[in-house]
Amino acid sequence: MSELQLTELIERYLNGELSSEERERFEALRRENATIDNRITDHAHFTGLIKQYGERVELEKRLNAIHQEIDVHALTEELTVHPGWVVKLWRNHHSKISVAASIAIFAVLATLYVSGYFNKTSSNVIALRREVDSYRRTTENLNRSTNALLHDIKSGKRILAPSKFGGSGFALTSNGYIATNYHVIKGSDSLYVQNASGDSYRAKVVYTEPAYDIAILKIDDVSFAGLPNIPYNFRKGASSVGEDVYTAGFPSDSIVYGRGYLSSANGYNGDTVAYQVSLPVNPGNSGGPLLDTKGNLIGMISSKQTQTEGAAFAVKSRYLFKVAQQLTKDSTNSKISLNSKNTLMSLSKAQQFEKVKNYVFLVKVYN
Amino acid sequence: MLNSSAPTDSEVVFGILNNSENILKRVYVAYFPMVLQLIINNNGTADDAKDIYQEAIIVLYNKVKGGNFELSSKLKTFIYAVCRKLWLKRLSQMSRYGGDIKDFQDHVPMEDESDLHTERDLQFTKMEGALQLLGEPCKTIIEDFYIHNHSMQDICERFGYTNADNAKTQKYKCLQRLKKLFFQQV
Repeated sequence: MSELQLTELIERYLNGELSSEERERFEALRRENATIDNRITDHAHFTGLIKQYGERVELEKRLNAIHQEIDVHALTEELTVHPGWVVKLWRNHHSKISVAASIAIFAVLATLYVSGYFNKTSSNVIALRREVDSYRRTTENLNRSTNALLHDIKSGKRILAPSKFGGSGFALTSNGYIATNYHVIKGSDSLYVQNASGDSYRAKVVYTEPAYDIAILKIDDVSFAGLPNIPYNFRKGASSVGEDVYTAGFPSDSIVYGRGYLSSANGYNGDTVAYQVSLPVNPGNSGGPLLDTKGNLIGMISSKQTQTEGAAFAVKSRYLFKVAQQLTKDSTNSKISLNSKNTLMSLSKAQQFEKVKNYVFLVKVYN
Repeated sequence: MLNSSAPTDSEVVFGILNNSENILKRVYVAYFPMVLQLIINNNGTADDAKDIYQEAIIVLYNKVKGGNFELSSKLKTFIYAVCRKLWLKRLSQMSRYGGDIKDFQDHVPMEDESDLHTERDLQFTKMEGALQLLGEPCKTIIEDFYIHNHSMQDICERFGYTNADNAKTQKYKCLQRLKKLFFQQV
């Protein structure tokens, strides 16, 4: 029996096409021969698989046919979760948006840097040193005073060219020690101080303390004959916020009185060296004395804030004491003892000013 | 004829058992949008949805036909769960699966992988490959005889064999080659 015949026989057997006689013989053969039995099972299994595969293909065809009838595109549109326009914008353009944002941030930082925003102290607070427009005045003086010059030379009067910078200062002692701001005399070649009545004396710097913005000058001039006793006293303790204060200084060529109140116990950005005072001050007021209504000297005007109206700063008198002590200790021949006797106590403001103005000086700086 | 509303669950079971084309169509149309929504909102396309959904329908079909189908939940929930499971598997195969997927329906957790991909599915794939390799006319002869139950006489006439014995010999050779190709595949 060939393989072909056997296969045919198996197929007919499985399909029930054998006659009863043939089937009995075949089943007998199957029982006797295990190989034949295996062949039958295998064949049944394999052809069954082909049949089932065919059914699966058929089912898939049916499903595909059904699928054809569904408008998938419309359904997709309907069912997609449509994100909001912000999300869409971000998804489509996030790289561009990121770049734009970086550029914007960089531009802002660069602008702030260039405009000096980060150097707050130097831009918001200006030292009150007066820069004088010397050129215009030089010309005026030349025109005006050629003749007077000759006359003055003859009479032996001291001639002073207009200074480049100016500030104020006030007497610490009657023997010619004067306090002013360090920033006023910084980089100076020579110094002159001029009192309210117009007399000029040569002065020299004897001590500087840049940390407190304090400089001590000494009048060093043969024509200086000393001052009467200092009328104001120097206050050691702190003054209270809200106290009325006044100052005298040289924002122009003549002495100017300014009045205000103590507005904060600390200076710019919490600087503990200074008070904040609400007082109209101008360039040239630097180094002027700050007194309370009883005539106690409580500080020294040093700077003001540019962006805030009426916020000026004054170095506390306590630091004048410190500097005076330091000076006495450091040098052999200088001794400063600050006045503690107040003769202004009972006087009115105008009377006080009349007295105080004789002890306030215009500091002229040449360099 | 085409009822647009979803058939009841028992209608579906009886429909499949009775080979009802209408019921199959109605159940297919009724639940496809749900699956489409699931797939397209979880990194898939409409074509992915079609594949996954048809696979799920076949799972349902085979279960019903196999007689071991017990509906413990709603049919809709069952289909959704099957599709969800299949899609998760597909996503992890494509390795663009980054966590859980967004759900749009209730579903029952499907733990049993063997429900989805039976040994038979594997063999069907092998059979498909073997038939492709077999080439004509063997493929058609085998299909006609073993799938479509055509008689040897029909096949003989269709392919112009001079007698039925020639056709039988040819069919036998084809079957042998098919077996060889089938078992050669890994």
